[in-house]
This record gives sequence, structure tokens and C-alpha cells, in this order.
Amino acid sequence: MSFREEHELHGRRKGRNIGVGLTLAAFIVIVFGLTVVKVTRGDFEPPRGQQVEGN
Amino acid sequence: MSDATINTTVNQPEAGFGDYVALLKPRVMSLVVFTAAVGLLAAPVAVHPFIAFCAILFIAIGAGASGALNMWWDADIDRVMKRTARRPVPAGKVTAQEALALGATLSVMAVVMLWLATNWVAAAILAFTIFFYAVVYTMWLKRWTPQNIVIGGASGAFPPMIGWAVATGGVSVESVLMFALIFMWTPPHFWSLALFMNSDYQKAGVPMLTVTHGRRVTRNHIFCYTLLLAALAIGAGFTAIGGPIYLAVAVVLNAMFVLGAWRIWRRDEACADADGFATEKKFFRLSLLYLFAHFGAILAEAALRPWGLGGW
Repeated sequence: MSFREEHELHGRRKGRNIGVGLTLAAFIVIVFGLTVVKVTRGDFEPPRGQQVEGN
Repeated sequence: MSDATINTTVNQPEAGFGDYVALLKPRVMSLVVFTAAVGLLAAPVAVHPFIAFCAILFIAIGAGASGALNMWWDADIDRVMKRTARRPVPAGKVTAQEALALGATLSVMAVVMLWLATNWVAAAILAFTIFFYAVVYTMWLKRWTPQNIVIGGASGAFPPMIGWAVATGGVSVESVLMFALIFMWTPPHFWSLALFMNSDYQKAGVPMLTVTHGRRVTRNHIFCYTLLLAALAIGAGFTAIGGPIYLAVAVVLNAMFVLGAWRIWRRDEACADADGFATEKKFFRLSLLYLFAHFGAILAEAALRPWGLGGW
């Protein structure tokens, strides 16, 4: 248990760190969500014509 | 962390998270979010809800980033004006360099992410919007010509076009009409603000029309632009974005708007000073309702279309 009083500056830094952390977490969720949506819709599959040429 | 760290940094600006959010001009972002969402939802192509959400988010971040770049460049005049003196940079909470770094980083991120999430047309219009607001308006027009907000208003008018491009992958008459609506609305909106905030612009040396040509000329301009806006807004009611709901809203609100502009036009300065610019302030508030109602009506027409009710 700490007996030292927290400086107001530390409170502000803590708030900023939490904010940045949550923003980064949200960004990861968004990129993951976009990937899931695009993969399930088949956005990353090559067009049919290309597939035939490839084979 | 040691006490020494506290003592060495306490006199330097130490921003909280909210100060960085304030750099993104959240109130302007709300207008961008709304108009971009209307552009996206009014388009005849359905977009996956999660992609639509992400697209609106990236458009909002792009708009916010251009706001941060604006605060970086305009820190000197923001410090002088009462209306902007409490912004994070002039208030000493965030350094101008931090605003530049945040604005530049978020600009690139928003454009790239919008491209990856949707298509290059939407991303290209967003990139152009950021460039237009941060460079053409903020760095060039704002301190150079009294037509600053007329031309610069284009940057605020692009979001519905971006929303439309997210859905359709292109530009069409409908999206250009939505652009034109905001573009023509901007001058009367900002000039009415300038009428009662004139001293701010004068102190900062910003060549607003009220500063360079006086309030009388500004009143004339407000009335002229409002008449042109009314013709455009009501005319749009007979196009693909319009319908009975839109037309009803447009007729009522444009009648009120033209009446407000006429009241502003016929007033002299003694009259305005006497009541503390009450008519001008009322017109400014009405202009906010005006834009939200028009875009709300466009959205209503699009939402009712699947049931055969919206549009003509």
C-alpha cells in the first residue's frame, strides 16, 4: 500500500495512457472485423477468369 | 516514476487524452459524420453494416485530422480570437508540433484505411478534402481573401460525396447535388457568425467579408447567397435525392431561411447593436437546423424507398 499522494500530473498521464490503449485496442478490433467481413464475402478471391488462366 | 520527473515536466504542456480529442474538432466531426452517413445510406447500393460503420469512422477521423492541421497552422490567430483562445494549442496544453504530428498521421491513416475498407475513389476524395481544408483553405485562402469561406466551404461539402462513393465507387449527379447544398449553405452560415463575431476576426487580421467590406456588404451577400441556396435546395426536391418529404421540408425551411436573411438584410448597425445581434444569432442557429433537416429529409426519402414511399 502506498502512502504517497498521487500527483495530478500522474492522473493526467494515466488517463492519456488508458485513452491511447483503448484507441489501439479499438483499431485492432476494427482491422480484425474488416478482415472477417471481407474474407467471408470473398473479396480476396481472384476473379474467375484469372483462376481459369492460372489452372 | 521519480519526483524528479514531475519537477522537470510540470511547467511544460502535459495534455490529457481529451485535449488530443479536442484537436479533432468533435463538433465539426458530428456534422461530417451525419452528412457522410446520409450520402452513404441514400446511395442505391447497399453496404455491409460493419464496412459502412468503418467508412464513416475513417471519414470522421480524416475530417478530425484536417482540424488538427488547421489548429497547428492557425495557432497564432487562434490565440488572439476569443472564440478559439481555449483550443488546446493556444491554451498551451498541446504543442503545435504535436498537433501537426497527430494531424498528419491520422490523415494518412484515415485515407489508407478508407481505401482498404472500401474503394480508391472514396479514399481519393477524402485525401483531396483533407488537402483542400488544410492547405487550400487554412494556409492559403483564409488569410488572403474575403472569399475564403466561399471557396473553402467546399471542404465541408465533400463528406456526403465520400459517403456516396463508399457505396457506389463513383461520383454522380445526386452526390454533386448534396455537395452543392452544403457548398451554398456555408457562406450565409459563416457570414452570419462573422456579423456578431467581427471584432475577433478584426483582431486576428483574418480578412472576413465583415472586416474587408463591412457589415452592410456582408448583409447583402447573405441575402443573395440565401436566395441562390433556396432555389438550389427546393430544385433538388424534384431530382433523384428528393421526394414529397424532402420537398415539404425544403419549402418550409427555405421560406424561414429567406425570411431570416431578409431581416438581416434590412437591418442597420444601430439596430443590430441595440439588440445584441439577436436576428443574426437566430439566423445562425436556424442555419444549423436547416442543414440537419435537409439531410434528414434526404435520409428519410432513401429509408422509405424500399417500401415504395420515398422519392418520386
